[in-house]
Amino acid sequence: MSHFLDRLTFFKRAVDDFSSGHGIVTREDRGWEESYRQRWQHDKIVRSTHGANCTGSCSWKIYVKSGIVTWETQQTDYPRTRPELPNHEPRGCSRGASYSWYLYSGNRVKYPLVRSRLLKLWREARALRTPVAAWASIVEDPKKRAAYTSKRGHGGFVRATWDEVTEIIAAANAYTVKRHGPDRVIGFSPIPAMSMVSYAAGSRYLSLLGGVCMSFYDWYCDLPPSSPQTWGEQTDVPESADWYNSGFLILWGSNVPQTRTPDAHFYTEARYRGAKSVVICPDYSEASKFADLWISVKQGTDSALAMAMGHVILREFYLDRQAEYFENYVRQYTDMPMLVRLEKQDGRMVPGRLLRASDFLGNLGESNNPEWKTVGFDEVSESVVVPAGSVGFRWGEKGKWNLEERDSDGRDTSLKLTLARSNDAFADVAFPYFGNREHDHFAGTDHPSVLTRKVPVKKLALADGEALVATVFDLFVANYGLDRGFGGEHVAKSYDENVPYTPAWAEKITGVPRDQIIIVAREFALNAEKTKGRSMVIIGAAMNHWYHSDMNYRGVINMLVMCGCVGQSGGGWSHYVGQEKLRPQSGWLPLAFALDWNRPPRQMNSTSFFYAHTDQWRYETLGVEEIISPTAPAGPWDGALIDYNVRAERMGWLPSAPQLKQNPLVVAKNAAAMGMEAKDYVAKALKSGELQMSCENPDHPDNWPRNMFVWRSNLLGSSGKGHEYFLKHLLGTSHGVQGKDLGETGRKKPKEVAWQDDAPQGKLDLLVTLDFRMSTTCVYSDIVLPTATWYEKNDLNTSDMHPFIHPLTAAVDPLWECKSDWDIYKAIAKKFSQIAPEVLGVENDVVLTPILHDTPAEIAQAMDVKEWKKGEVEPIPGKTMPAVTVVERDYPNLYKRFTALGPLMAKLGNGGKGMAWNTEHEVDLLKRLNGAVTEEGPTKGLARIESDIDATEVILALAPETNGEVAVKAWKSLEGFTGREHRHLAIPKEDEKIRFRDVVAQPRKIISSPIWSGLESEKVCYNAGYTNVHELIPWRTLSGRQQLYQDHLWMRAFGEALCVYRPPVDLKTIKPVIDSKPNGEKQIVLNFITPHQKWGIHSTYTDNLLMLTLSRGGPIVWISETDARKADIVDNDWIEAYNTNGALVARAVVSQRVKEGMCMMYHAQEKIVNVPGSEITGQRGGIHNSVTRAVVKPTHMIGGYAQQSYGFNYYGTIGTNRDEFVIVRKMVKVDWLDKPNADQPEPLTVAPKLEAAE
Amino acid sequence: MREFINQVVFGWYPYLCLTVFLVVSWLRFDREQYTWRSGSSQLLRRRQLMWGSNLFHIGILVIFLGHFVGLLTPIRVFDALGISHGAKQWMAIILGGVAGIMCLIGMTLLVHRRLFDRRIRKTSSFGDIAVLLLLYAQLLLGLATIPVSLGHLDGHEMVKFMTWAQGILTLQPSVSALILDTHPIFKAHLFLGMTIFLVFPFTRLVHVWSAPIWYLGRRGYQVVRSTRPKGTGRPRPSTVPAE
Repeated sequence: MSHFLDRLTFFKRAVDDFSSGHGIVTREDRGWEESYRQRWQHDKIVRSTHGANCTGSCSWKIYVKSGIVTWETQQTDYPRTRPELPNHEPRGCSRGASYSWYLYSGNRVKYPLVRSRLLKLWREARALRTPVAAWASIVEDPKKRAAYTSKRGHGGFVRATWDEVTEIIAAANAYTVKRHGPDRVIGFSPIPAMSMVSYAAGSRYLSLLGGVCMSFYDWYCDLPPSSPQTWGEQTDVPESADWYNSGFLILWGSNVPQTRTPDAHFYTEARYRGAKSVVICPDYSEASKFADLWISVKQGTDSALAMAMGHVILREFYLDRQAEYFENYVRQYTDMPMLVRLEKQDGRMVPGRLLRASDFLGNLGESNNPEWKTVGFDEVSESVVVPAGSVGFRWGEKGKWNLEERDSDGRDTSLKLTLARSNDAFADVAFPYFGNREHDHFAGTDHPSVLTRKVPVKKLALADGEALVATVFDLFVANYGLDRGFGGEHVAKSYDENVPYTPAWAEKITGVPRDQIIIVAREFALNAEKTKGRSMVIIGAAMNHWYHSDMNYRGVINMLVMCGCVGQSGGGWSHYVGQEKLRPQSGWLPLAFALDWNRPPRQMNSTSFFYAHTDQWRYETLGVEEIISPTAPAGPWDGALIDYNVRAERMGWLPSAPQLKQNPLVVAKNAAAMGMEAKDYVAKALKSGELQMSCENPDHPDNWPRNMFVWRSNLLGSSGKGHEYFLKHLLGTSHGVQGKDLGETGRKKPKEVAWQDDAPQGKLDLLVTLDFRMSTTCVYSDIVLPTATWYEKNDLNTSDMHPFIHPLTAAVDPLWECKSDWDIYKAIAKKFSQIAPEVLGVENDVVLTPILHDTPAEIAQAMDVKEWKKGEVEPIPGKTMPAVTVVERDYPNLYKRFTALGPLMAKLGNGGKGMAWNTEHEVDLLKRLNGAVTEEGPTKGLARIESDIDATEVILALAPETNGEVAVKAWKSLEGFTGREHRHLAIPKEDEKIRFRDVVAQPRKIISSPIWSGLESEKVCYNAGYTNVHELIPWRTLSGRQQLYQDHLWMRAFGEALCVYRPPVDLKTIKPVIDSKPNGEKQIVLNFITPHQKWGIHSTYTDNLLMLTLSRGGPIVWISETDARKADIVDNDWIEAYNTNGALVARAVVSQRVKEGMCMMYHAQEKIVNVPGSEITGQRGGIHNSVTRAVVKPTHMIGGYAQQSYGFNYYGTIGTNRDEFVIVRKMVKVDWLDKPNADQPEPLTVAPKLEAAE
Repeated sequence: MREFINQVVFGWYPYLCLTVFLVVSWLRFDREQYTWRSGSSQLLRRRQLMWGSNLFHIGILVIFLGHFVGLLTPIRVFDALGISHGAKQWMAIILGGVAGIMCLIGMTLLVHRRLFDRRIRKTSSFGDIAVLLLLYAQLLLGLATIPVSLGHLDGHEMVKFMTWAQGILTLQPSVSALILDTHPIFKAHLFLGMTIFLVFPFTRLVHVWSAPIWYLGRRGYQVVRSTRPKGTGRPRPSTVPAE
C-alpha cells in the first residue's frame, strides 16, 4: 500500500531462514519489480526489416509500446530448410538492432526544410507571380540563383509546409521540362531491393515526367563488368546457405563476419562440416580468423595471384593429366573450343575476333544472323561446325538456342578443345604484358611488353581468303605461359621459372610465397574434381574497386570455370557487394518505370554522368596511352577517356543524359513540323549538325542537369566519388579541390568535347533530398523532405543472400510531419498536375535509348566499330546510333497516371531478359484486388495504385517469382527459345500467389523463375548458373557459353581479350601537392583503401549514438605500426590525408592488422559527426571520397555487341577508387570551426504568403 | 513588530518546515521511488570527489550528530552527568570547529567541482547546485558563530537555543521569545537551518533518510523475497529420488 508503511514493518519482514541462517526469507514489497517487467512488455510486435543495402534483408520484430517503437529483436520464424542443411535463422546484427534509435533521435528530419535564402526568394516571387513564373524569376536571375546555390552546405534551413515545398518542386520541374527538357530532371536512388516501392515512387514520377533515373550498381563499383562480359548476366550468385554445400571455400577480399554478419553462421557451419577455407586479403581481417590459411596479398595485385593459381591448375589438371570432369565441363559450357581468327601485325600474329559462320563462303549454311554464330571443330565429323546456342540462334529463329552438344542441324558433336595434335602449324602469337610498367608503389618485372608464344593453328579457307585460326583453349593456355613442348620463349616448364604467370613470378608481384600459391590452387582444383565443382570463391568489393577490377575478377572466374564450379551446388563465384538482387524484378519494373503508361523510360549510367557533370574529366590524369595494349589493332586510340565515352554515346553503346542540346519536346515538334518521323529527323539532324548530343559539351548551360532528386541515398556522404568536384561544379559551393584542370596546367585536352576555360560552378538549379536523418547529402540540399523510417512504411525487401521476400511494415505512423516516399512523390505528382497547365499540356517527347542487352537489337554491330559521326556508316537509330522513340506525356494527368495501372500491361504484356508473356489475367486480378478507378478521366476503369500496399500487390502479382501462374508463363516463353521443356520447374507451384499479407505473416520463399539462373527447390540451394548447366539454357553471351575470350575490338585494343595481370594505374595525385602546404610534420604516402564498416552499413549507423559509442565516435583511418612510426603518428592522433582531389581528417588507428603501405578508412563515415576542419582546405573535414576521383575505363563503354550491350545497372562504366594514394600526416591544429563565420546566411524574415495575383 | 516577526520566524516557521519536511518526504518516498536517490556523479568524474565527498560527509555527520545531541538532549541530563554549561560550550566549539573545518575543505572541493567541471556542471540540475550552495552558506554561518560563542563561554546563550529547540518540538511556539535578543548570526544560522529542512524533501538530500545503516545489523547473506505469507508455500521438492 505504502512503501513508507512497509518500511515500518522492519521487525516482521524476515519470515524464515535457511542454510543455517546464512539466508533469510523476507516478505517485503516487490512492487518495484514491475518496472523491470514493464520494460519488456509491449502492445504489439510488427514485422519489418532494414533497407540499408547490407544484403542482410533480415526479418525483425519491432516492439511497440504506447505508440512508441521501443526496441527490435531478430525474427525466428523463417521456414525451416531441408534436412541436413542448417536453418537460415539466426539473421541480424548489432547495427540492425540499434536502428530504432533513429526514430526519435536528434538527427531525425522532422519537417520539410528549405534553404532560407531560397524560401525568401520564393515567397517574394510567389507573392506576385504564378508558380512556374515565380521559379523562372529566381533561376533566370544569376544573382538570385547564386544567392542560395553558393550557400549549399552552409546551414540555414527553415521549416516550410508540405504545400509550399511541393509547389516549389513542382514549379521547378515544370519550368525545367518546358525550358530545357524533361531529361534535365534527374533522380538518384539506389538498390531498389532495399525498399522497392519507395524506389518506385520516385522513379515512377520521373518516368511519367520524362525525367532520368540514374544507375547505382556500376557507380557504387559493385557491378563487376567481368560478369556481364563472361555470363551476359549483371550478377547472379549463390545464396549464403549454399556455402554449406562447399568443400573448399576461398574468401578473396571479402570479410564475411564483418560485412555479411547474418550469413556468417553458414561459413562457420561449413567449417564444422569439414570444408577447407583460405582467406586472401592484405589485412588481418575478421574473416582471416576462420581460415586454414591466410594469404596476405599485396593489395591490388590479386589478378597476378589468380593467374598463377590458374597456371598451376592448367599444368596439373589439363596438361600433365587431363581431368575428365573438367574437360567435359569446359567443352560444353565455355567458349574454349570456339575458333579465333589470328591477324597479322608487325610480323607476328595477334588473336583477332571469334570466327563466325559468316566468315565462310555460304555462311556454313546459316541464313539467320550468320555474323553472330561462333564456330568450332567437331571431333566426330572432323569439320568446322556451327554449335547451337550462340546469340545468333537466340534472335530470329526458334528452338535452337540451347547448350545441347549439337550443331545447327541437330547432329551430335564433340568439339575439339585443342589443336595440339591436329594442327597445320605453330604460329608465333603475341600477348600483351603490362606487369613491367613503372609504378612508385607496385613491384613489376622486366619482361617485354609483348610476349610471343607458340600456338597450334589451322589454316582455313574463308570467304576473304586463307586465315589462321586457333581455339580459345590453346590461346588461353599460351596466355598463362605454360610450356606444352611447342618450343618458343616466355613459357615455363617449372613453377620456379620467372615467366609470367608462374607462381615464382607471382611471388615477386604479390609477395605471396610460391608454395602457398601452388598448394591452394592444387587443393582447390582437386576438391572440385572429386566433388564435381564444389569449390567456391566468395569475393567482394575489395577486389572490385580497382581500375583493373575486371582482371582480378576474370582471373578468379577462370579458375572457377577451369574447375567446373560455376552452376554447381556448393561451387562458383559468390560476389557479394550491394543488395542488387531484386527478386520480383519483372513485376517491379512496370511499376517503377511506368512501363504501364509509356516505354521506354529514360535511364542513365551514373559514372559517366557524374564524370561529365561534376567535371571530373577536366582533371583527368590518366592517359589512354598508359592503358592501351602494345598489341592493339590499328585504330583511333588517341583522345582522352571522356572522348571514348562520347563515342560510345554516339554509337548507341551508352545512354546519355541530358540527351540532346535541344529540348526533346521541341525536337518532337520540329520533326512533326517537317512531316518526318522523329527517328528519321533525329538521325538526319544529328548528321547535319542541326542537333547536337549533350555529351559533346557537358559544360554548356543548355546541357546542364537542372533539377535533381536524391532519395534512399546519401550520394554526397557515401557513394560520390570525387566529392569535392561535386561540391565545386555540380553544386557550386565551397569545396576542397586542390588540383588544377587540364586548361590551367596546359595538358592535352579532349578531342570530342568542347572545352570552356571557365568551368561552370553550380549546374543544379535545385537539389531535393528525401531522408529520415540529416545526412551529408541533406546538408547540401536546397530542400530536405522528411521521410518515413523503415518502421513507418509498407514496402518489400529482397536479397541475394537468401530466397525470402521480406516486408517492411509500419509499426507506427510516420512521426512528426514525415511521409513515406510513396506519399511524398504522390504529393509532388498531385501538385505538379495542378500547376503544369501553366506551361505544359499533352506533349510529345523524343527519347533516345542505347542498344539494349536482352533485346533483339543487341546484335547490332557485329564485326567492327564504325562511327556515323566520322562518316564511316550512316546513322541508323537502334543500329549505329541510339534508338529514337516518341513518347506521349500527359502532364496535367500525371497524378492520375501515377495512381493507376496503365493500359500497356494488358495491351503489350510483360517480360524480362528477352522473354515476354501475356499479362491480362494479372491485370484483371489487380483490378479486383486493389479496386478499379471510378472517377471520370483517362484512368477510369484501371486498377488503382493508391497506397504503398496497392503498389506491393502490383509487384507481387506481376512477378513470376511471386505468382506461380506467371512463372509457368515465363518458363513457357523460354521454351520457345531453347526448344526444351522447362515448365516442370514451376508447374508444382502454379497456383501459388504470394501477397503482401502473406509475407507479413511469415517469410516466403520465391518461386523458381527463368529471370534468374538458379533454382529454389527442395533439392538445391539457390546457385548462379545452375539452370545453364542443368537445364542447358545458354548464357546470354555471344557464344551462348561462358565467355572467357572477349573479342570486341576495344577489348583487344586494351589488351583484355584474355585475362592478364594489370598493375594499378598511376593517378598522379601526390606530386603536385605534397610540398604545397607544409605544417612541419612528417609525411607518408599510402594507398587509400576504403572497406566496408564494422560500426555502420555505408553511411547508415555511423551517426547512430549506439554505434558511435561502440567505435571511436568519429572518423578513423587505420594505418600500420610501421607506417605510423615513420610519420611519428601514435594511436588516436588527429591526422590528415590529402592529395590533389582534396583532403580529409580523421583519427589514426594504429594497428598490427594493417599491411604496410596502405591505409584503410571505413567508407562513408559522415561529415556531420565529430569532424574538425582540414588544415589543407580550410573546410570541414571531408569524407572518404574527398580524396578520390572517378576514372572511367573505355572497355566498360562497349555496346551493341551481344553481352556487351547496355543494360541499366548491367553494363557501363564503374566508379573505381582503390588505385588512389594519399599523403598522410599528423595535424598540428585541430580547428572545430565552431566559431561564428562572418559569412553566415542572414536570418530569414518571413514575409506573409500572398496568393498569386491572377 | 520585532516580536511579531520573531514569533513568525522562530515560532511558526519551524512548524511549516517540519511539516513539509516530514509529509513531503513521505509522499515522495511513496509516489516517486525512482527519484529517491543521492544523484551521485561519481561515474562521470572521480576527480575531487574522493577527498571532497569523504571530508564533507564525515564532517557533516559529526556536525549533525553534535547539533542533534547538543540541542535536543534535555539540559537536566547534562546536569545529571555533571557536564557544566561552559564545558558543553567548549565541547561544541572544539568538536564543531574541527568537523566544520573538515566539512569546509570537503565542501569547497565539491562546490568547485560542481561549478567548474564542465561535465558535472552540464549534468547538474538547479536543485543540485542550489542545495550545495545552501549547505555551504549554512556551514559558513555555523563557523561564523564560533567567534561569537567565544564571547560567552559560560554557555548561557547555548542553553537558550536548547530550550528553544526542545520547546518547539514539544509544541510550544511561544519559546521563540527566548531567542529574541540573541546575536543575529545565530538567528540567520537558525533560519537557514530550518529552510534546509523545508527544501530537503525536494532535493537529493532525501538520500539521508535511506542511509544504508541497516546492513550493519542484517542477518543472512542471501535474501529471498517471498511473495507468499509464511507457511503457505508449496512444499519444497524432495531431494531424495522416488522409490
